[in-house]
Formats: sequence, C-alpha cells, structure tokens
Amino acid sequence: MNGNEVVRVIDKVSEGRGITTLRFELDRTVRPGQFFMVWVPGVDEVPMSASYIGKLKGITVREVGEATKALSSVKVGEMIGIRGPYGRGFMQPAGRYLVVGGGTGIAAVLPAIEMSKDRSIVDVALGARTSSELIFEERARKASDHVMVSTDDGSKGHHGTVVSLVDEMLSKRSYSQLIACGPEKMLFYLLEVCKKHGVESQMSLERFMKCGSGLCGSCVIDGRRVCADGPVFLGREIDEMKEFGRSKRDEAGRSVPL
Amino acid sequence: MKGLRTVLAGVTLGNPTMLASGMMGETGASLAKAAMSGAGAVVTKSVGLEPREGYKNPTLYEADGYYINAMGLPNPGIRLFKEEMREAVSSGVPVFGSVFASSIKDFVTVASNMEEIGASAIELNLSCPHAKGYGMEMGIDPEMVHDIVREVKGSLKVPVFAKLTPNTHSLIEVGQAVERAGGDGVVAINTVKAIAISVEFRRPVLSNIYGGLSGPAVKPIGLRSVYDLYDNIDIPIIGVGGIDDWRDAMEYIMAGAKAVQIGSAIGKKGMTVFSEITSGMLRYMEHNDVREISDLVGVAHERK
Ligand SMILES: Cc1cc2nc3c(=O)[nH]c(=O)nc-3n(C[C@H](O)[C@H](O)[C@H](O)COP(=O)(O)OP(=O)(O)OC[C@H]3O[C@@H](n4cnc5c(N)ncnc54)[C@H](O)[C@@H]3O)c2cc1C
Ligand SMILES: Cc1cc2nc3c(=O)[nH]c(=O)nc-3n(C[C@H](O)[C@H](O)[C@H](O)COP(=O)(O)O)c2cc1C
Ligand code: FES
Repeated sequence: MNGNEVVRVIDKVSEGRGITTLRFELDRTVRPGQFFMVWVPGVDEVPMSASYIGKLKGITVREVGEATKALSSVKVGEMIGIRGPYGRGFMQPAGRYLVVGGGTGIAAVLPAIEMSKDRSIVDVALGARTSSELIFEERARKASDHVMVSTDDGSKGHHGTVVSLVDEMLSKRSYSQLIACGPEKMLFYLLEVCKKHGVESQMSLERFMKCGSGLCGSCVIDGRRVCADGPVFLGREIDEMKEFGRSKRDEAGRSVPL
Repeated sequence: MKGLRTVLAGVTLGNPTMLASGMMGETGASLAKAAMSGAGAVVTKSVGLEPREGYKNPTLYEADGYYINAMGLPNPGIRLFKEEMREAVSSGVPVFGSVFASSIKDFVTVASNMEEIGASAIELNLSCPHAKGYGMEMGIDPEMVHDIVREVKGSLKVPVFAKLTPNTHSLIEVGQAVERAGGDGVVAINTVKAIAISVEFRRPVLSNIYGGLSGPAVKPIGLRSVYDLYDNIDIPIIGVGGIDDWRDAMEYIMAGAKAVQIGSAIGKKGMTVFSEITSGMLRYMEHNDVREISDLVGVAHERK
C-alpha cells in the first residue's frame, strides 16, 4: 500500500542556493528513481523524487514557485503528507555504468549511484549552472571512485554543460549503460550523445502530475504515463517519443512547447 | 475472439471491455494505446466547451481498495480536442466521446462537435459528483436528464448514452427518463460522492473537499445499480465500477451489462488489464460451453 500518509520532518539540510533536503521516516520500500507526491496542506501537492531511500527517506527541493517555497519553509518537527513511492525506478545495469545528474536532477540519481555495491563500477557526472547549485558532490564521492563535475559558468570543474562533459567521458571509457535525470533539454542532447557512442540509457522524465498514480493521464507523453510507466524510460523508448524535447501538456491537457 | 463481439445500439465492439472516461483519455495517443492494448472501445475524458485546468492538488486520495478523486474535469476544450480525436479514431476501435456542460444548449453544442470530429457514440456525463453546476447536480433530476437526452439525441446521428450517478435514491427513475427521451443506452456508475480527512492535519485532504470514490470498494454498488436497471429498462446497459479482473467483469455481464468499462484498475495494472479480462472471459466461456458473450448478459436474473 502506498497511499496517503503524514510524516514528521526530522532533519533539514540546506544543500545550496534555494535547495533544501527534508528527511523523514517512512516504512516503505523505495527504489532509486521513484518519487513521492508531497502535500503541503492549504498549498499544493507536488511530485518530488526520493533523494534518500534508506530507513530515513528524503526529498530535495528546489524553490521555483509556491509549493516548493512552502516545502522549503517547513521546519523540523512539522508535518508533510506523502503518497507513494510511485513509478518505475532505475534498474541496476550489468557492468560499468555512468550516472549523470543535471541541476536538481542530481537528487533523483544519487540513490542510483549508491545502489552499486562496487564503487569502482559506477562513474558519475554532475552538472549545474553554477557551483552554488552543484549538490551532493561529496555524497557522490563516497559511493564512486570517479566523479566529474561541470558548471555552465566555469565556477567549478569542467567549464560547459554536463552533456559536453559526458561526451568526453564516453570517448575515454566504455560503459554498459548511462543513467540520467535533469532538465528535458539536457536529456535531449544527452540522448544524442548516447546514440553517437552507442550507449543504452535510462532517463527520468518530468511531466505535470496530478494523480501521480497512473489514472488521470495528465502526465502522458506519446500515450505513456510518466508517473506509472516511467518516470524512468529506456533511451530507445524515449527516442521514439515525438513529444520528447519538444512539447508537454499543461494543466488542461493542452499541448504546449517545452 | 468472435464470441466476445458485442453490439451497443448499432456500434460493434470486438469485445465488451472499454476504457472508462477520465482514465488517460485527454490525449489521442493514450486513447489509441488503450485500443492497441485490447480495449473493445474507448471513452474520452469528459470534454466541455472551454478548456479547464481542473482543481488544485491534492486531487487524489489513495488507500487499499479504493481511490477518491476530485480532478475537477480538466480538459483542453472541444475545439482543441479535434487533434486528439484524429489519433484516437485512427486506432480503429469505436471512440465514445464523453461530454459535459452546464446547460442543455451547451450539451448540444459539445456533443455535435464531438460527433463531427469522429465519435462513434456520445456519452453524456450526467454524473460527476464533484463539479459545481455540472454532472451529478443535473443527473439526479429525472426531468432534467430527460430534457438533456432528448435535445442531444434530436441533434445527432450517432447513438447517445447517459452516464448515471449512484448518488441518488431515484437511479431507476433517471434510467427510465433516459429511455423515455430516446436515449440509446445507459452507463452505470460514475463515482460515489465521498470525502477523506487527515487526522494529523484535522482537515479534508482533497483541495475540493469532496471527491468521487472508485475502485474495488464501489463494485457492489455498481453491480446493484446495473442489476436494478436491467429489471426496469430495455436499452443497453454498460457496467462500470471497481472492475479489476475478468471475474468482476463477468459479474457485471451476468447482472445485465452488455459491456463493461474499466477505470481505476488501469492505475495498478496499466493497459494490460484489457487483454487479461478478455482472455479470462474466453476461458470461462470455453469451459462452460458458452458460444456468445451475449448469452450471459443478465443471466443472474433467471435465478432470483
Ligand atoms: C517525477 C518528478 C520528480 C520531481 N522531483 C523533483 C525533485 O526531486 N526536486 C525538485 O525540486 N523538483 C522536482 N520535481 C519538480 C517539481 O515537482 C516542481 O518544481 C514543483 O511541482 C513546482 O511547484 P511550485 O508550486 O513550486 O511551482 P509552480 O510555480 O507551480 O510551477 C513551476 C513549474 O514547476 C512545474 N510544476 C508545477 N506543478 C507541477 C506538478 N504538479 N507536477 C509536475 N511539475 C509541476 C511546472 O513546470 C511549472 O511550470 C519533480 C517533478 C516530477 C514530475
Ligand atoms: C481519476 C478519475 C477521473 C475520472 N474522470 C471522469 C470523467 O472525466 N468523466 C466521467 O464520466 N467519469 C470519470 N471518472 C469515473 C470513471 O469513469 C468510472 O465511472 C469510475 O471511476 C468507476 O469505475 P472504476 O471503479 O473502474 O474506476 C473518473 C474516475 C477517476 C478515478
Ligand atoms: S499524473 Fe495522473 S496519470 Fe500520471
């Protein structure tokens, strides 16, 4: 059962500019890449990836609007509503894999780095616009021997997008698979890079979610539900999606440019 | 699959399973996907005259055995729905266009637009339990239902079905009003008006407070509704409510439904639920030497 529950926030960490992690206890099994519907009473309920999946669960929120602002203001000891976990998560690839996180997408892929029992077979590329938005670098280093970072403004690591960093990494080393989460435009170009190097990928997509539970269809992309059939899809599945990188649906189900 | 063929007011379905309104029915691609996955027909999300964003989240409460939803009829509006219908219709199975409106005039407008853009039949949403001024607020009044069905029927060529609400003591009267007005069939049931409260927050969970109960918990109510209607009207009945597997579907058919719609089960089972149900039905028919599914419609009434 993954229905509605209320949990108490027992820890709160500021990760970077406008980015906050909330931790809480929830006795449910969560796989890397799955998400919760998180309720702030009187405000909204929004999808949030699980950034911690052990006994102590966690979400990492980037402030962009009303709901995320309210979530960032929740204090230790206060309560939030949780539904889930929902969706198909990341699967552990056989052999060496590369985990790529862009922006707040890093929160969603961190558990995919930690799911490897062998830190030498998981490499990591993390990218953000600027160093203050680069999150979980230390946490990634604890789980992987090979962590590279990039910033668009060059304030830390590789100067440029994480896509160009990954392009270099794929030229140097061979991987059985790539796991990624980040803005759709980033994923769009990342998929091109994967195809160029002949690497299969698993990517986590984002769409407007209402039910989160596979019923309403507000999150569909090319007829598939991001909340229930995804959010993780294989690169070859995404490659066939006409709407990927181009359009999404608004609250009324109208197609709008991405 | 010949034995599963069913005919609803002249519309032929390859098998009696249909995608219920509101389940992924906002987009053409998802309707087509349900068709490809084995649904005998699909019903669109209820579409209105203008685009609607629906209610703010939370719009869904989930528990073991049931859901309560108050989506608030989000839809892109009938004008933008043309593109979606093109894709849905190209799937080859009949597409029932579900429509809602707050006046008879608007019902006629949206329904005729739905017909123009390719619907094989119209399903009138006279039963949504949580939209102010719509759905159930009209659908509990037999006279109102009669007038809506008559006017819509009078302006269309395709068959018109009315989707009924269980939130009334006069379900039979409403069903009879549909028949009297020339309606081609009824769909029973829509969700049951319900509420969920958070003990911790001491407030209702859904932003709209009220929502509609669906899933396994409503099956006995849906079955009773179909059973009662079968005894009191002669137009085809489509059964909906809590159907999870072939056995549930068969119960509805034996209660008197010529077809069944599947909603909430899509949440957990996805689109494979259609082929799962049809193959279960076929197996049952084989074991019991039943040639046509129509031979089973309403059989439970013979053993009163
Ligand atoms: C599967 C999934 C996992 C996510 N994981 C995270 C995460 O780990 N951390 C994080 O910070 N953000 C995550 N998001 C994005 C997050 O849900 C939105 O940023 C948030 O809903 C914005 O709400 P708001 O009220 O603050 O902003 P608003 O001002 O309401 O909206 C800002 C933008 O956020 C998006 N958005 C708003 N509501 C929703 C909704 N119900 N569903 C999807 N998108 C919405 C829209 O694109 C909108 O344009 C995730 C989204 C999805 C779909
Ligand atoms: C999320 C959701 C959205 C729905 N939207 C509509 C709708 O737009 N129009 C309608 O007539 N019924 C709608 N319904 C009702 C279903 O079509 C169906 O009648 C009801 O859920 C009972 O069937 P079930 O138990 O199989 O879900 C909706 C139900 C759910 C759960
Ligand atoms: S959010 Fe409702 S189906 Fe995905």
